Amino acid sequence: MNKGAKKTLIKLVVAVPLMFAFGFALVPLYDVFCEITGINGKVFQSEYSDELVTNEGRPIALQFISTNNENMPWTFKPSEQVMKIETGKYHTATFYVKNTTNKKMMAQAVPSVAPSNAAEHLKKLECFCFEQQVLMPGEDAVLPVKLLVSNDLPSNIKNIILSYTIFDITDYSDEAMAHNLMDME
Amino acid sequence: MSAVIENHHDDHHHGPAKGITRWLYTTNHKDIGTLYLWFSFAMFLIGGAMAMVIRAELFQPGMQIVEPEFYNQMITLHGLIMIFGGVMPAFVGLANWLVPMMIGAPDMALPRMNNLSFWILPFAFFILLSSLFMEGGAPNFGWTFYAPLSTTYAPPSVTFFIFSVHIMGASSIMGAINVVVTIMNMRAPGVDLMKMPLFVWSWLITAYLLIAVMPVLAGAVTMMLMDIHFGTSFFNAAGGGDPVLFQHIFWFFGHPEVYIMILPAFGIVSHIIETFSRKQLFGYSSMVWAMLSIAILSFVVWAHHMFTVGLPLAAEIFFMWATMLIAVPTGVKVFNWVATMFRGSITFETPMLFAVAFVVLFTIGGLSGLMLAIVPADFQYHDTYFVVAHFHYVLVPGAIFSIMAAVYYWIPKWCGNMYDERLGKLHFWLSFVGVNVTFFPQHFIGLAGMPRRYPDYALQFADWNMVSSVGAFLFGFSQILFLFIVLKTVMGGKKATGQVWEGAKGLEWTVASPAPYHTFSTPPKID
Repeated sequence: MNKGAKKTLIKLVVAVPLMFAFGFALVPLYDVFCEITGINGKVFQSEYSDELVTNEGRPIALQFISTNNENMPWTFKPSEQVMKIETGKYHTATFYVKNTTNKKMMAQAVPSVAPSNAAEHLKKLECFCFEQQVLMPGEDAVLPVKLLVSNDLPSNIKNIILSYTIFDITDYSDEAMAHNLMDME
Repeated sequence: MSAVIENHHDDHHHGPAKGITRWLYTTNHKDIGTLYLWFSFAMFLIGGAMAMVIRAELFQPGMQIVEPEFYNQMITLHGLIMIFGGVMPAFVGLANWLVPMMIGAPDMALPRMNNLSFWILPFAFFILLSSLFMEGGAPNFGWTFYAPLSTTYAPPSVTFFIFSVHIMGASSIMGAINVVVTIMNMRAPGVDLMKMPLFVWSWLITAYLLIAVMPVLAGAVTMMLMDIHFGTSFFNAAGGGDPVLFQHIFWFFGHPEVYIMILPAFGIVSHIIETFSRKQLFGYSSMVWAMLSIAILSFVVWAHHMFTVGLPLAAEIFFMWATMLIAVPTGVKVFNWVATMFRGSITFETPMLFAVAFVVLFTIGGLSGLMLAIVPADFQYHDTYFVVAHFHYVLVPGAIFSIMAAVYYWIPKWCGNMYDERLGKLHFWLSFVGVNVTFFPQHFIGLAGMPRRYPDYALQFADWNMVSSVGAFLFGFSQILFLFIVLKTVMGGKKATGQVWEGAKGLEWTVASPAPYHTFSTPPKID
């Protein structure tokens, strides 16, 4: 093989793992992109801020939707279907959950926001979707979301839908994973 | 006297080894090209048999022949086998046979890797096909294997599927590296980049695309593997992952992939139209630039496959326009072919028939692609038979017709015999009619709202589905004629001259037919 061929070969062979890594780099890039644009309903936790609070807000409606993923047996519903709120003020909404089974279970709620361009104006101070819920057999709980809709919300948006899907992640808990690994061995 | 000296010089130019080891150990580009072509032919027939099962089931509404679960396995394997086993290896086989001869090189740059890249392929497809006999059946999630259908809800055989995709990817990457190194470094003196035959150009660009996106596909299936077996949550919403992410990664690979399957066809068709029009190609450099633009644009249009996942408006508009932009270089190519034929003294031998049909039918497929690029229209067309009609128009009378055209065009060079022109033409007309009867009605039922990937359908789609199935059987069974013609040509027939075709230009036509086992051991002189 001549020298030129070797050089080309090396370049190409290096390109392959780089592109493989690029495939994986798309994962964090995607998250960053979603975080910046707020699309995909990926609203992350934000800090309390005085600047956002104002008395010159306007009334909007906040609608809640709750969904159980596939075979998730828990009861999961918003305390109110619709909440009249004002932009530029902190509000707390609550969801009711109950573990209807006779075993200890772990759940994770995944949020989504519609319309998607409202997502960047939605600030969540506190949300049960930021953490996992563990409930004993028959146990129930009221889960809070503390949020503010910024006054910068485009004026054509008068109605925001907050939707949560609750997943059964009992099998994904550290405990269960360890158990599964032991089974495999 | 001089003849004696030359004979001595030729001593180490031995012919092929005897027996099966010739094919197992071969590092000869022509042998490996032949292996690739036969392998892809076998896969074409297997994938075609699956298509026959699909069309037989869809012949009438209601469930008649197969179980829905098996139907899902058929559509999945049909797609995977035709793409990764049929079209791609056929083009690699053509590249192996032709690229070294077209640039005046003695062989591919990396002959041993060439052997390896072929011989891992049969194992990949053995693994994939063996999943049909596993508990839970073969992969059933469609060739696009969207998560979580292919992770959380997949049959256990998905792990074998992942492994086989890894092997196919490795094979493609090695093949592509070989092509690039060969083209960049082994051209005979005088074969400048902008003097290379267009088939070589098309493969150089294709190879770069392969190197760029096959590793991304490998990454996607690796993430699936980790989600399934190692508790990660790349695509699992419960663990913080996102199924839409899968579609982005997949189509980042998938869109360049569709150009991987058509660019070599552009090269082939350019040669054939030039030859049988007995004219110079209308615009060589515009063809090269058009292919380069298509390749570059292919990286920024992927989300047009996902208009309905809930992209923000700005993204939908961007991907719509970027997609439509591809029509410009593609139009340059189509007009170029037409202008080449214009006022040429055309004869319609079988390769030319396939090439002309390619231009017409590929353009139809391209135009339905433009319709799909329009976001609001796509909301209606998405996942209907209109999409099925679109991509079959660009892949069957597009990619596959170009491969058939290439086989008829170059087979006299490969085995020294002319094919039977009468049978060749018969094969063409059967295929041409078959393909149109199969896929044209699918536009209608798609626009009427028939969704793809279902084994059953509502009654109002019955008539066109029956027509489509009749066409599919015609097309399918006429490929047995193709096999017969190829075998007949390999066994014997009218001897071909070195140039074969009156209007043929290019280095591969300067050597004898059949091409000697070793060609251009000393670089040819280019004027």
